[in-house]
Amino acid sequence: MLATLIIVFREVLEAGLVVGIVMAASRGVPRRGLWITGGCAAGVLGAVLVAGFAGEIASAVEGVGQELFNASILLAAVCMLGWHNVWMSRHGRELAADATKIGRDVLDGTRPLYALALVCGIAVLREGSEIVLFLYGIALAGGSSAASMVIGGAFGVVTGAAAGAAIYFGLLTIPLRYLFGVTSWLILLLAAGMASSGAAFLAAADVLPSLGNNLWDTSFILSEQSLGGQLLHVLTGYTARPAGIQIVFYVATLLVIGSLMRVFRHVPAPVRETGTPVRQLAE
Amino acid sequence: MRLISARWLGLGAAFLALGLVPPASADDLPDIVITIKGGHFVPTEVPVPAGQKVKLIVRNQDSTTSEFESSDFHREKVVAPGGEITVYVGPLDAGSYEFFDDFHPEDRGHLVVK
Repeated sequence: MLATLIIVFREVLEAGLVVGIVMAASRGVPRRGLWITGGCAAGVLGAVLVAGFAGEIASAVEGVGQELFNASILLAAVCMLGWHNVWMSRHGRELAADATKIGRDVLDGTRPLYALALVCGIAVLREGSEIVLFLYGIALAGGSSAASMVIGGAFGVVTGAAAGAAIYFGLLTIPLRYLFGVTSWLILLLAAGMASSGAAFLAAADVLPSLGNNLWDTSFILSEQSLGGQLLHVLTGYTARPAGIQIVFYVATLLVIGSLMRVFRHVPAPVRETGTPVRQLAE
Repeated sequence: MRLISARWLGLGAAFLALGLVPPASADDLPDIVITIKGGHFVPTEVPVPAGQKVKLIVRNQDSTTSEFESSDFHREKVVAPGGEITVYVGPLDAGSYEFFDDFHPEDRGHLVVK
């Protein structure tokens, strides 16, 4: 039961941290709970579907369907995170400055919540499908230990979700003025880490060259299998023995999203007038 | 299962024809088979040629799902009970690279590259 708990906890942890950061990044936005819950629910549904078709996905496209699928959804999440950050660099200051109530509502209304909802959905789908497969395998094997393992799995889900809640409430202690700056950095690193994982899957599928398998090895300092290593892996993309292509994707993601954020950075001119009609259309 | 695989293979072939899957030489690579049986990898020490890309085939003969994973050569892939997966690895430098079953973490083995 303890083994099951730990395995499920480690899977849920990643999704939990992503959802926690996204919740903090969308602090104060109306209806964000609905969007993010919807994203997570869609992720759970997707996880069950993906687990159900695991065999078909794995054998698709000459046996590398699983890698291509993982790489695609990871890179989709990277785009969504990038889009969110670019949007925030344009409007975040007005949100943080706590402009007039109406101005804030306008900005909040045009905020790309679907991007964040999709990111949560993808994180839940990826980790969730593995949990479903894992627990299904145990249930299938049956035996007297199956029930206790399912209980262990349930506890694993709860503790993983608690870790997500911990990062969320931790981030909320940051004053609103700085919060979105911090979450933008966290999301930038999250995106770079996901891009690096996506690159590893593309190399595994033999679509991209790995450009050197272990550019360096820091596993003697911090192993990726340790809890600390795994936390750092989720939050910053830490890889103890990275392949060259992962570095390329990591740095490219930082540069591309970083420079887009700079290019589209908020200009002090009045943005609000252009924002109002959009809001009215949305209503 | 077999019918479905054949259909996907057909789809894969269609993709190949469209040039969407560039490395057509993948099938010329040496196949190395690893079996998961009774909660263990067989063999646990897998000899692999250095400086060459190889195709690992992991077969799961157990009744539980496994996830073939390695932090040393960056791979993770779910293997259904009774199923098999293909994992491309390398080219690797000489050395020992650990892999494990993420769903049964005590189940470990090494690629011995030389």
